[in-house]
Amino acid sequence: MVSANPAVAPSPVVRKRRRRGVRTLSTRDKVVLSLMVGIPLLGVLFFIWFPAVATVLLSFTKWNGIGGLSTIKADGVQNYVQAATNYPPFWPAVRHNVLWLVVFLVIATPLGMLFAVVLDRNIRGSRVYQSLLFLPVMLSLALIGIIWELIYSPNFGLLNNVIGHSGQHNLIDWLGNPNLNLWAVLVEACWRQAPYVMVLYLAGLKAVDPSLREAALVDGAGPWQTFWRVVFPTLRPINIVILVITVIESLRAFDLVYITNGGNNGLELLSVLITRNIVGQVSRIGFGSALGVVLLVISLVPIVTFLVMQLRQEKRS
Amino acid sequence: MTDPGSSPSSGSSDGPAPASGLATLATSRRAVLKGLAGAAGLAVVPGALAAACSSSSKAGNAGSTPTAGSGSSPATSGPSPTSGGASGGGGGNVTGTVTFGSNYSDAVPKAAFAAMIGGFTAKNSGVDVKINTVDHNTFQNNINNYLQGTPDDLFTWFAGFRMRFFASQGLATPIDDVWDKIGGNFSDAFKNASKGDDGHYYFVPLYNYPWAVFYRKSVFASKGYQIPKTWDDFVALQKQMQKDGLVPMAMGQKDGWPALGTFDIINMRLNGFQFHMDLMAHKVGWDDPKVLNVFKQWTEILPYQQPGATGRIWQDAAKSLLNKQAGMYLLGSFVAQQFQGADLDDLDFFPYPSIDSANGQDSIDAPIDGFMMSKKVKNKDAATALLQFIGTPEAEALYGKTDPSDVAAATNADTSNYNAIQKKSAEIIKGAKNIAQFLDRDTNPQFADDTVANMIDSFFNNPGDVQSQLKSLESQAKQVFTS
Repeated sequence: MVSANPAVAPSPVVRKRRRRGVRTLSTRDKVVLSLMVGIPLLGVLFFIWFPAVATVLLSFTKWNGIGGLSTIKADGVQNYVQAATNYPPFWPAVRHNVLWLVVFLVIATPLGMLFAVVLDRNIRGSRVYQSLLFLPVMLSLALIGIIWELIYSPNFGLLNNVIGHSGQHNLIDWLGNPNLNLWAVLVEACWRQAPYVMVLYLAGLKAVDPSLREAALVDGAGPWQTFWRVVFPTLRPINIVILVITVIESLRAFDLVYITNGGNNGLELLSVLITRNIVGQVSRIGFGSALGVVLLVISLVPIVTFLVMQLRQEKRS
Repeated sequence: MTDPGSSPSSGSSDGPAPASGLATLATSRRAVLKGLAGAAGLAVVPGALAAACSSSSKAGNAGSTPTAGSGSSPATSGPSPTSGGASGGGGGNVTGTVTFGSNYSDAVPKAAFAAMIGGFTAKNSGVDVKINTVDHNTFQNNINNYLQGTPDDLFTWFAGFRMRFFASQGLATPIDDVWDKIGGNFSDAFKNASKGDDGHYYFVPLYNYPWAVFYRKSVFASKGYQIPKTWDDFVALQKQMQKDGLVPMAMGQKDGWPALGTFDIINMRLNGFQFHMDLMAHKVGWDDPKVLNVFKQWTEILPYQQPGATGRIWQDAAKSLLNKQAGMYLLGSFVAQQFQGADLDDLDFFPYPSIDSANGQDSIDAPIDGFMMSKKVKNKDAATALLQFIGTPEAEALYGKTDPSDVAAATNADTSNYNAIQKKSAEIIKGAKNIAQFLDRDTNPQFADDTVANMIDSFFNNPGDVQSQLKSLESQAKQVFTS
């Protein structure tokens, strides 16, 4: 137990005990152990660290992806300079990524939690609502993009025809107007994200010991207080999972805007810009990698925050 | 949105389609979805998926510059014609297996392609042709890796920058020996469009299709409209249409590429073909005052263009022409896919009106699709014989019989089965002195479909800002074109 926590400065006694612990391992144990550690380690190195490091290295080069490694030319920080100063979609993409995260945090996730809490109260037809709300989660994002396209389509779409704006002169161009389309797509994204959070949270709520609520009830707490003072704190692990998922989902947002218009004209996202520069007939691998590194740095912020929180918590316990 | 069955001739469709990821995504998740759907009794899923495939699939543009390689002498130092049988019409004594990578993934072009290959194997029973069909968007997005990995002997591709790029990167085999046999079947425009930057042949054309202004004969007849020959007539006509409650010019720019056709044609009418090609090769900058003039010209007719263009797919714009809400639509002849029966008979087109009399109506966008031989060809003799067969009017007729939406490339191809649109297409292509491919085929496709298309989107949103938009476009072009 103690030896598993290297952060704690080991006392002489502990050190001694640990040494003995290692010595008692048989050769077979050692082989098994090194295999169990080694294989995943190789996997992680090869599938995560190698591409990540290669991306960082490539981001300082210029390459069209054709020919051997000798055709790669070093280019300093040019790619980053170009991205920041000579690539109009870059800053909108950063802004949109942040906005996406904020909308998920402020609207989609709380909405999903609300759904979960309401459904958890076993109202009549709870199962039906649950299935209906869960429906979007089962659809792929690509499909969701298509479904909403049918709703938003300017002349023939459901929405414009229902609100009477499908004529040529009073047309609302939901997906084409660069001031409007990000919000339109965010509605699509929330349509899927909120139920996703709902499902996770519902599972958490079901696991809460009912005696806690009973105790709260006995102590005279209202439903509001019961939730915030009793239920919510006990759901801490689930809350963290949801927070992480929200951040991940908003940073990897891609499918919806890509289906909608390929991520142009008001729908730029970093993930789309990376794809656009790397995949295709004539690629700018170095430039695309630089954008990838930018996204990596942005993702590191929540990841590091999360890890620091986790470590602190472990230390405390 | 559109009938999923109706995107047939998409041998011609290609390009930047945002839908590209879609097909793959949709399929790869289909299995998962089905499982889930089964559990939830969600019968809607497969149907919606089918709809998905159609929504933004495009037919498009990709192409080449015919005159580009023209300075260089043809076929002087090419590989000498190889031993193999390879006699004129493809009848010969070659044997073995030829693999053929095909992006003719839609049903109609796929069947047409198979019919054409069948014509070859009927004559060369010793050759086994293996066709590997890949969804066309996937094919195009993976072309880099495909050609550097283990490509098939032959593959479907497009003339223009897209062909010359891979030729100059050493990923294609020169096929001058093929052209020794088939040269007589093609006009100079097609010959030039089939050469790489080094003057060697790399490409065998199959068909092409024109970009022109489409309209409904019945609408023009009932309102007494005349086909405009000059810019002034054109503007006057659009003004009249607006007065008559029509949208003068349909436009669907959601997929990014359609409006590039409008830029192409105004530029070629105003500044001439050579300037257009120089711009495509980035020999002149996008901040050139002549480019600004193109947008000034465009601004003049912008009020007559269908509003909300950046949110509309081309199929919907075509629908407004079909429903007689719009008067005209500048697009490739694949627009006819949206018309059936009597509506199709009512569809007609005319070349874009002249702007500067020095250029008249002498240029047109008419993208060419065809075939290339990969660098790592395994059975060169048989592959050469197959390409020689494809370059005959006979083979093109076999293809055209099943897929009648394009115009065969060979000058001596059989045109007796052509429908009205095809006949007129052939005429209009023959009548043009210069044939351009399309902006995203004549220049770096990534640059065209992202950067230029973006600039045109912002031009639609803020036409007054065009000067600074072009300046930014040029500074990005400098970055892309210097390597």
